[in-house]
Amino acid sequence: MEKNIIDVRNLSKSFDITSKEPGLKGTIKHFFRRQTKSLKVIKNISFEIKEGEIVGFLGANGAGKTTILKILCGLIYPSEGSILVSGYLPFRRKENFLKKITLIMGQKQQLIWDLPPIESFYLNASIYDLDKFEAKKRIKKLSEMLEIDEELFIPVRKLSLGQRMKSELLAALIHEPNILFLDEPTLGLDINAQRNLRKFLQKYNKETNATICLTSHYMKDITSLCKRVICVHNGTISYDGELDLLLRKLSPVKEILIVCRSEEDVIKLENSGFSVKNKNKNEITIKIENNSITSSLKTILNNFDIEDLYINEPPVDEIIGKILIKKDYDL
Amino acid sequence: MVRRNKEIYCYGIMNLTKYLKVYTKFLHTSLASELEYKTNILIDLITAILSLIGSIFLLSIFFQNSGSIGGWDFEQALIIQGIYTILNGITNTWFNPNLTEIVKHIREGTLDFVLLKPIDSQFFISLKKIAPSGFLEIILGFCLLLYCIRINQINLNTSFLTLSFITIVCSIGILYSLWFFISTTTIWFIKTWNATEVLRSFLYIGRFPLNSFSFSLRVFFSIFIPIAFITTIPSEVILGLSQLWKIFLEVVVAAVFLFTSRKFWVFALKFYSSASS
Repeated sequence: MEKNIIDVRNLSKSFDITSKEPGLKGTIKHFFRRQTKSLKVIKNISFEIKEGEIVGFLGANGAGKTTILKILCGLIYPSEGSILVSGYLPFRRKENFLKKITLIMGQKQQLIWDLPPIESFYLNASIYDLDKFEAKKRIKKLSEMLEIDEELFIPVRKLSLGQRMKSELLAALIHEPNILFLDEPTLGLDINAQRNLRKFLQKYNKETNATICLTSHYMKDITSLCKRVICVHNGTISYDGELDLLLRKLSPVKEILIVCRSEEDVIKLENSGFSVKNKNKNEITIKIENNSITSSLKTILNNFDIEDLYINEPPVDEIIGKILIKKDYDL
Repeated sequence: MVRRNKEIYCYGIMNLTKYLKVYTKFLHTSLASELEYKTNILIDLITAILSLIGSIFLLSIFFQNSGSIGGWDFEQALIIQGIYTILNGITNTWFNPNLTEIVKHIREGTLDFVLLKPIDSQFFISLKKIAPSGFLEIILGFCLLLYCIRINQINLNTSFLTLSFITIVCSIGILYSLWFFISTTTIWFIKTWNATEVLRSFLYIGRFPLNSFSFSLRVFFSIFIPIAFITTIPSEVILGLSQLWKIFLEVVVAAVFLFTSRKFWVFALKFYSSASS
């Protein structure tokens, strides 16, 4: 049985935030006397993550996903609760702990802007105590996996966003970390670049058994990488479990578009007890519950003259969107 | 016990080797970055030369009507100018490019990357960059010092060199700590550009002998912002005018400042909340 690599118990985090009234009066008042209040952004959450798991953190903007990631990698001190990441207390940022983790943020970069990425890689290699030979070997391996080659020798400022992100990944993975914290890694990338990045992460996870914690607003990232998701709403966990199960729970029915050979069959179908969404000449769309889909389709195919049929999965974005906006979605 | 000591010693050596290796990389990458912009370097070099000429000219105007100011004649005051130029060169080479960057790191949240590296964060943010044009100022400062040593007929001996070296190193330590301390407050105040500018303005005062100021200003520049320690004491050592207690005091002040700046940084990091994404 795989062991837990991340263990979070009753974690809470509060920030002191200032608020300002609008207008000049508000500005002057704010300058002399700031109104500060404590805002609890993470509220008593607990979860565990096993070694090698890829977990997606889902939530609306400001839900607390990034704060959780930053607490897990030791950047932010927790206000309450206990956290163990690979056996370490993250906020102590011990050298051995830092050698095991990495953080990649889609909107921030660590590469040296005026120099080719290769210079940043060797700088990181020296920080992680790798000799030149080992660094060269790892750069070669990772650049092959990421399919970057000439880009390594072109100044970062002249690279496209996709090439830059690949280089950022290489810089962040040169020390072969076994826990990856990815905060919106595909932000701003085109469809092909997003797909390549996802392919790389899958491969990296398979080859190294690295644990990956990911936040993304692109549902494709989540559906193609994560079996498990943790939904964060207002600093609390509203769902923690398999993505498939969540989708089934949120969307218990499938829509079937049936093309009949005659309009009579459409009428017969309409009167045979199925829940009808809409009909048009010899086409009818019915809703069938997920757990009875096989038996229902069998009945339809045996009793009606069917020309064609399409099973429509509701878009994942739409389904997930429901839990991101609704406060008390029943999961 | 012996084995434990040996382990600590080996770890220390390995750590030192790693930090030297990383610093070599810092030098290499920042030199390469700076050399990408040749014209900028050229302008910086010309500025450094003109700035030194301007400062000496200003000093000569002060001494035009009186032979000495605060008991220092022009040739002696040039030593202060020499030390100031070296320190200003060090400021422009290391402190300015790195410590002003702390504000940017904190505002933009890129300090995250620094804090997650298995290396001392203070070392990283204090030494990652260098501005090579500042080297010229350091060289010019040393040239001016050598010239002053010759015109003031100062005897070069081991104790003189050791004491001069110690006091200049302490001055660098005090200057760095002051600058670092102000930059660290960014963690709470987010924007502190002005404070570092005020510090730079105060440093201009370091071009003049401390005795040339009134008593109250002398107290201010010795206790609150110890500019006096930064240039005047090393100059007195070079001229053989300094008493031992002053040198000792400068060492103590530098040690206290460095220690406090370190503790302050570690303390401040607990309040770092990172920028929102």
